[in-house]
Amino acid sequence: MHRIVGAVVPLFAAIAAFLCAAIILLFLGTNPWDGFTALVDGAFGDVNSLSQTAVRATPLLLVGAGISISFRASVINIGGEGQIVAGALLSTVVALQLPDVPRPMLIPTVMVAGFLGGAFWGAIPGVLKAYASVNEILSTIMLNIVAVQFLNYMLRSPLIDPREIEAGTRIPQTERLSDNAALPTLIDGTRLHLGVPIAIAAAVIAYIVLWRTPLGFRLRAVGFSPDAAKAAGIPVKRSIVAALALSGAMSGLAGAILVFGSEGQRLITDGTSAGFTGSAGFNGIVAALFGGLHPLWTIPSSFLFGGLLTGATSLQRVLQVPASMAVALNGIVVIFVVSSDRFRSRVNTALAARRQFSSATSDEPVDDGTDDAAMAASS
Amino acid sequence: MSDFFTVSVLVATLASGIRLATPYLLAALGETIGQRSGVLNLGVDGVMLLGAFFAHWTALETGNLWLAVVVGLFTGLVMGVVYAIITVYFKAEQGISGIGIFLFGLGFSDLMFEVKVGTPKFTTQLPPVEIPLLSDIPRVGEALFSHSLLTYTAFLLVPAVAWLLHRTTFGMNIRAVGENPQAADSLGVSVNAVRVKTILIGNTMAGLAGAALVLEAKVFQPNLTQGLGFIAVALVYFGAWRSPFVMAGALLYGLVQATVIQWKVLGIISRQFSDIAAMAPAVLTVVALIVLAGRVQAPRALTKPFERH
Repeated sequence: MHRIVGAVVPLFAAIAAFLCAAIILLFLGTNPWDGFTALVDGAFGDVNSLSQTAVRATPLLLVGAGISISFRASVINIGGEGQIVAGALLSTVVALQLPDVPRPMLIPTVMVAGFLGGAFWGAIPGVLKAYASVNEILSTIMLNIVAVQFLNYMLRSPLIDPREIEAGTRIPQTERLSDNAALPTLIDGTRLHLGVPIAIAAAVIAYIVLWRTPLGFRLRAVGFSPDAAKAAGIPVKRSIVAALALSGAMSGLAGAILVFGSEGQRLITDGTSAGFTGSAGFNGIVAALFGGLHPLWTIPSSFLFGGLLTGATSLQRVLQVPASMAVALNGIVVIFVVSSDRFRSRVNTALAARRQFSSATSDEPVDDGTDDAAMAASS
Repeated sequence: MSDFFTVSVLVATLASGIRLATPYLLAALGETIGQRSGVLNLGVDGVMLLGAFFAHWTALETGNLWLAVVVGLFTGLVMGVVYAIITVYFKAEQGISGIGIFLFGLGFSDLMFEVKVGTPKFTTQLPPVEIPLLSDIPRVGEALFSHSLLTYTAFLLVPAVAWLLHRTTFGMNIRAVGENPQAADSLGVSVNAVRVKTILIGNTMAGLAGAALVLEAKVFQPNLTQGLGFIAVALVYFGAWRSPFVMAGALLYGLVQATVIQWKVLGIISRQFSDIAAMAPAVLTVVALIVLAGRVQAPRALTKPFERH
């Protein structure tokens, strides 16, 4: 029964978001039906658009799976944006230093560099929370700002493509990075690259770590009740650091994939806060929430939101509806998903009461609404 | 460097620091009221963006800047109604629901801008109001008493918020609800009603902050705030939930920004260094959070939805 309730909430949120989208489209003087057709066609219409959707979904999946990890430990990580940047920067620097390493070595190396960069940037708010009681919501947001400013500095000065200085155009971007680090294309003629399976594998590993390893057990125990975990001898502080570091590492990997899966094969920004990330650090939160904060459910969920982003681009091309509508819709989805928690907990309470009444044989834990159905479904 | 330490440059820097502090201050004071009642609103940045766009659009269409300010206020109020429903009625997780508001504001203001305005268009600026006598004081008058009405309003709201929180029944209820909602409830204070009111006030001020920002900049662009609203939320922690300290934080931010701009203009620092210096406010905030953590007590019910037991 938990499973059914768990699926109802995203469905409800999706319908609500669709209604809002229809209203916005009507308001813009576009036939909503034409709009949705263009959107779905642009996102899932053919191999090309499906590949594009998968590529757009990749950072959302990694960030979302990472956020699922931290959430299980009751840590809210809003630092995806900064952690993506940290991963991208470190992997770029590594690629610049080791351009001639052969491909089978260089790709794993830059991916690990991205992972570590993100882990480092995530560990900072972890340490601050565990050892100095600094609220992680605030520290992760501040570290997003710091990371973006640092990226702007790096791309305008030390790492800028020398040709940009010569030409005087000064676009904040690195030179073209070693082709040995480029993620190979999987289907010729499309954008689908190795980063997509890497992200899916990472999400599966995140799931295994959370539910099949002692580390995952500790993280979830801390998330369930820090006091109980402490009493059971679990190192609560270190677990909090681990949760944020792992969460950040996933985003960092996304940063590396954004760089080495890009068409230009370089790190580039436009100087604005979402110039490099395309707000993937925030959109990943949406994908994770929609996927019930479960790494495996985040896979289809991020594909859906990747589709929304790709579809919005074609909506702009075909019907001149600005692609920023996708961002607004993401916000609406978040609002509906978090608002339906109460509805879900009510249904769950009712179900639990009925179960107790009819038979006491089930030992399924009663969901108190703070956690979600996906956890119960998989534990 | 000696170029910077001339009286006229220092006065200009101080004046521009005060101007730059205005949107931070308006948004942070509103957030202070909300947090005192136990509600965290991370959506400030999104509300500011919406307030900024609709104020800008109004100013472009009507040429009436005061109407634009009213529209900014009203936009904030509408978003306040939305946020009140989410947090008070649906009891959503506040750390996340605010991000939803932020994304909606970011996307929707961008969407509306592309459809209704399209290219950067300039409005006029709110005129500075010289305060009689005080603005005639040499140097000081120019720096402190020659600002727009919105700037004066923001700074006058500092004592007003302190007075509201500490000298009125409503303020006492706000603090009681933020510290111990169960106790307040048992004494007959409606926790939900108090929180709805603080959310409406806070969001309205965020809308006003957006209007102040865009009328100062004279032009709107997508993501105009560049995270300013998030910093405003941090300023509340920075200021330990007390309006004078929040003001000090906002001023510090404004002055640091103004100084960096001035140094760049005077060629005292290179472009590279100004990029580094742009990190200063956020780093400063993190440091302040570390220093303050454990020393000041946040409202005990902050981020906790109220449920009657």
